[in-house]
Amino acid sequence: MLQDILVTGLVNGGVYALLAIGFSLIFGVARIVNIAHTGFYMLAAYCFYTLLTRFGIGFALAGVISVIAVTLLSLVCYRLVIEPVREHESAVLISTIALGLIFQELMLFSYGGNFLGVPSTIEGMVRVGGVSIPYQRLLILVVAAVMLVTTWLFLYRTRVGLAIRATANDLEVANLMGMNVHRMAMVTVAFSVGLAAIAGVVATPVTSVHPFMWLDPLVTMLAIVVLGGLGSLKGSIIGALVIAYVEAITVFTLPEGAHLKGAIALGIMVAVLLARPEGLFGVAFEEER
Amino acid sequence: MQRCILAIVLALVAPFAFAQSIKIAILGPMNFVQGENHWAGAEMARDEINKAGGISVGGQKRMIELVKADTNELQSVPDATNAIERVITRDKVDYLIGGFRSEAVLAMQEVAMDYKKLFLGAGAADVKLGENVEKNYDRYKYWFRVTPTKSPDLFRTLMAVLGTIGEQVRTSSKTDTPKVAIVAEKAVWTEGIVKALQANLPKMKMDVVGTWQPSAVATDVTAELSAIERANADIVFTLLSGPVGISLGRQMGEKNMKAVAFGINVEGQKDEFWQASAGKANYVATLDTYAEVEYTPKTIAFVQAFKKRYGKAPTYNAATYDAIMMLKAAIEESKSMDADKIVPIIEKSEHVGTGATATFDKRHDLVWAVGKTSGIAVQWQDGKKVPFWPPNIKGMQPYKMPAR
Repeated sequence: MLQDILVTGLVNGGVYALLAIGFSLIFGVARIVNIAHTGFYMLAAYCFYTLLTRFGIGFALAGVISVIAVTLLSLVCYRLVIEPVREHESAVLISTIALGLIFQELMLFSYGGNFLGVPSTIEGMVRVGGVSIPYQRLLILVVAAVMLVTTWLFLYRTRVGLAIRATANDLEVANLMGMNVHRMAMVTVAFSVGLAAIAGVVATPVTSVHPFMWLDPLVTMLAIVVLGGLGSLKGSIIGALVIAYVEAITVFTLPEGAHLKGAIALGIMVAVLLARPEGLFGVAFEEER
Repeated sequence: MQRCILAIVLALVAPFAFAQSIKIAILGPMNFVQGENHWAGAEMARDEINKAGGISVGGQKRMIELVKADTNELQSVPDATNAIERVITRDKVDYLIGGFRSEAVLAMQEVAMDYKKLFLGAGAADVKLGENVEKNYDRYKYWFRVTPTKSPDLFRTLMAVLGTIGEQVRTSSKTDTPKVAIVAEKAVWTEGIVKALQANLPKMKMDVVGTWQPSAVATDVTAELSAIERANADIVFTLLSGPVGISLGRQMGEKNMKAVAFGINVEGQKDEFWQASAGKANYVATLDTYAEVEYTPKTIAFVQAFKKRYGKAPTYNAATYDAIMMLKAAIEESKSMDADKIVPIIEKSEHVGTGATATFDKRHDLVWAVGKTSGIAVQWQDGKKVPFWPPNIKGMQPYKMPAR
């Protein structure tokens, strides 16, 4: 059973981490709590599905178009919905909830409530320690790792990344130093949503496309970033693994309570927050900045 | 001036014009397959009856007018009660047909009974709906369950089909005691069936290796399947009505599991299941209602007409067709639209429909019988939904075991 838990937790942790990185990034550097983050993930999934199954475009091209289209859409949404209320955190929260619901209803109207399937990018599976793992899930794990490294390089090895971090550190000083803070926020939003779109494209083949597919990962993602420490990328990775392992342990040790895996994961989050209100890596991230 | 006169004339004539129609509310989650089938079945019945001149009420012919009521019950039970309240009070409908999710139908049943409206259920299986009739007949007598059979009867059907599959598994796996993993979503309708399975499978010489209860909307059951694989299960017994049924079928295929899935998988009843599972759900089997087999003398013609009109096969919710036909027969026999006069006629009647040959018990539930109300079982074989049970019905094909 131990190897089952180890492998299942690691693979599912990769899926969760892919989503949590972008959400954490946008909060950490732009202080925007984007509840519609998984809504963009859903839009990318629908876009990918449409291009792949209705237009017959290949995986790679369909994936690239989906990510670019959703990223561009996020910029429009940012200018129209988030930027006008950006100074008011609660207004941003409510606006992005509304945005997510608008996406949901638009997809429900356009595609109906049916569950749609996307074929795997890579067929087949491999057995590790007696546990069968489809290649698609390994691909997600690899993409999550690549995206994490890319994000780190972007933030810490490029001038734009430096400007984003400076803007996040002190908006007014960054502005006085001649940085275009609005442009930096837009770049952050685009990068963050781009990550969500990549998650949508890569993870869709292991799930179903439907108008409510953004809600379930939203709760898990919020639990992960709060557990790991809002804004901490490292915390997001650790949080994703913790939640995934807690869920795996629940399923393997308490089969009849499998439906409780989400609740138990959230319970662990609450317990950690009681001991460390800033999350596992909240303070460390503040010091890093 | 002319417009004014026309408006007055229309206002005077309108009530009489509407009095000529019989208004039936079709209740269902209209943005989902369940509601689509509720509506499609009702449309077919309406068009057939209206084309033939309508329903005779004491010698006067009346046309059917359908009112589409989106209950959104998969997302919200209060939305469902609001919808039924609206069609009763604002649209002034005469009868109610439909419903899917047990929790929502239980709530809608209360509203319908408050208004003494005849409510023909076409989707929910929870036993309490019928128990209400038995416990308080005067209040709940206006409720009838046209489809499916109540959950204990679903269990009887499941056991009958499992007997057939179990034999093939025994032969294929060369074991006398096949191992069964129960995967049931956590919902009201599965509770009784899970308990009965745990108690009865050992009596059928089947070993229950565990019961997993994921959420109905879970999109990932790989952890559950890994545990099932580790337990060396031969059969994955499913009780799933939500999208988790797609995840299970697909992920079993991706893992190339040796176990076969059988049970209730509502998503697996839909034509879209194969696409939704990306063609991975081969050999998944489920109870179902409609296929091009001679279940009743009307089944094949209905399924073919449905496919021709809507481009896909009906699901069990399309038995709104049978509900309307049953209602028509009862109205014509009673020569009245009064629910109190229609109820005793439906209670005594035997209605040969498209999905069942229906008679009702004292709970106003279908009387269960193989080949009459039990429904059928189907298996996905290379992208086609193949009916295989009951085997004595014309048109059935063999159940296949995966070659793994």
